[in-house]
Amino acid sequence: MKEKIVLNMITQRAIEEGQAMEKGKTTPEYFKACSIVEMNPEDMKKLGIWRNTNVRVTSEAGSVIVKAIEPTQYVPPGLAHIRQGVWANQVVPPRTQSTGTPQYSGFPVTIEPAIDERIKTALELVQGAVGLWKEGGN
Amino acid sequence: MPKWITQVGCPYCGSSCDDLEVLVSDDGKKVLETRNACVIGNEIFHHASNPNRPTRPRMRQEDGTVKEITYDEAIDYTAKALLKAKKPLIYGFGSTNCEGMSAVGRVAEKAGAVLDNCASICHGPSFLAIFDNGYPSCTLGEVKNRADVVLFWGCNPMHAHPRHTSRYSIFPRGFFTTKGNMQRTIICVDPRETDTAKLADIHLMIDQGHDYELFDAFRTVLRGHDIPDVVAGIKKEQILEAAGKMKNGRFVMIFYGMGCCHTDGRNHNVDIAISTTRDLNSHTKASIMAMRGHYNIAGPGQVWSWQFGFPYCVDLSRGTHAHMNPGETSSIDLAMRDEVDCFVNVGTDAGAHFPIEAVRHLKKHPFITVDPNICMASEISDLHIPVRIVGVEEPGVVYRMDNVPIQFKKVVDGPDGVLSDEELFDRVYERMCELTETEPIWILNRGHAHGSSTAEQ
Ligand code: SF4
Repeated sequence: MKEKIVLNMITQRAIEEGQAMEKGKTTPEYFKACSIVEMNPEDMKKLGIWRNTNVRVTSEAGSVIVKAIEPTQYVPPGLAHIRQGVWANQVVPPRTQSTGTPQYSGFPVTIEPAIDERIKTALELVQGAVGLWKEGGN
Repeated sequence: MPKWITQVGCPYCGSSCDDLEVLVSDDGKKVLETRNACVIGNEIFHHASNPNRPTRPRMRQEDGTVKEITYDEAIDYTAKALLKAKKPLIYGFGSTNCEGMSAVGRVAEKAGAVLDNCASICHGPSFLAIFDNGYPSCTLGEVKNRADVVLFWGCNPMHAHPRHTSRYSIFPRGFFTTKGNMQRTIICVDPRETDTAKLADIHLMIDQGHDYELFDAFRTVLRGHDIPDVVAGIKKEQILEAAGKMKNGRFVMIFYGMGCCHTDGRNHNVDIAISTTRDLNSHTKASIMAMRGHYNIAGPGQVWSWQFGFPYCVDLSRGTHAHMNPGETSSIDLAMRDEVDCFVNVGTDAGAHFPIEAVRHLKKHPFITVDPNICMASEISDLHIPVRIVGVEEPGVVYRMDNVPIQFKKVVDGPDGVLSDEELFDRVYERMCELTETEPIWILNRGHAHGSSTAEQ
């Protein structure tokens, strides 16, 4: 068992994310669809966590707490996937290789257990980032 | 009597389905039921009737709360913010019609703004590759009628374009493809076993980020040369098998997505995909298409190329001519270098879909969101202006992922008093002209150009 593990992160679409987004980004559906990281059970084992455990994902750009789940679409060991959206974009590096397009996929992240930490809501993350978040909502 | 409206377009993904049927209430105000839509399309039509939707512009107050204001006040604020800024950025357009995009073009020119669309963070690298290497593409109708070998490379239509496979690419029976999916060989290249990969005859589970090498291996094989035993995590035999299927196909179709554009290599991955298509054409017929994400994200490329000569990252701040240089005039790079001093987010959600650091930079200056719904961008904006939902409450022209224009309908009336994108931006333009004491030349000329498209509804 290790304290942390380095994986290659991709962030892509999912139908659950698309449907929830149309319902609204402040809905519980969107929270459920996007505040997760999918990783191979082997990697979970290496990290010493069960599925559905909260983890901290950290990249060169930032860090976010999400729930680690077993892949809904098979992910090989070494790869991790957060569905596109608010949680993913806390860690997506804004570097564009001079094309305008950020590194949404293929960037290294460190994942560590964060069992006692709370997953923030979409609004808390985005408003929090720009100093507008107030406890209890706006 | 509630009435069924047929041949309705769906304003979500790039499949731009135009065969939906929508049951509308007696008073023409509520969607009761939909047919043919996928779960996402269905959600959009039902969400339109959500009573919590904002119907008046909302201005953020000193204490962080928001207060409703009139459209006149919102238009005045927007016009003044754009005029005051040295280099405003107007970004978005994933979800609006071409009429709205064109109106925004007029505002951007007046403001000396940078005009950019979601392609910037999506298929922008495709544009770069297409400029360099051409685009041997076709329409989705041709795919349906002809394609018997279909490749999905770094794209997952079962999730991102749910009806793509049933309408165009795997299942439908066409003129030369009378047996539908029985007659098609499906090849999927993806580092995950996605739901699209599960439908494929051959799934090449590539090492993430090694797309260029695998394309290169295909080109090498197609040109009759040998390749190493393993390339990008794929065994030589598998590569030879897939290349054989392609060579022996009657019409090979390559669809590619964010797996190519969002990762290392970007435009180079697309460039070599195009070259592979060209090589395939010395064996059989082959074509390639970008899986554009939203129902009209091909639209701004068309409209602005016509207005300014460039599809995205259009810098109009010089006042004399348009200039495009992704990396320099692209939204994320401008934000990260703090080069813009006013941000207008239209028909998208930069708050949720930009890397958070870029959002932080943009928020240092006036931040305005124009969108029918509450989204992350609207919830950090200084001003949120709601508009009618295109395809539900507002008709208009949209360009499907194959650049085929489709006239979308409206099925219900929008909330009372809520403007369309086009009406809103025309009024912003007029206000800017009033404030600068200049002639609103584009409004004066618009009557001729515009008459035909509104008459139809
Ligand atoms: S496939 Fe796309 S365009 Fe068609 S109904 Fe679903 S979301 Fe709408």
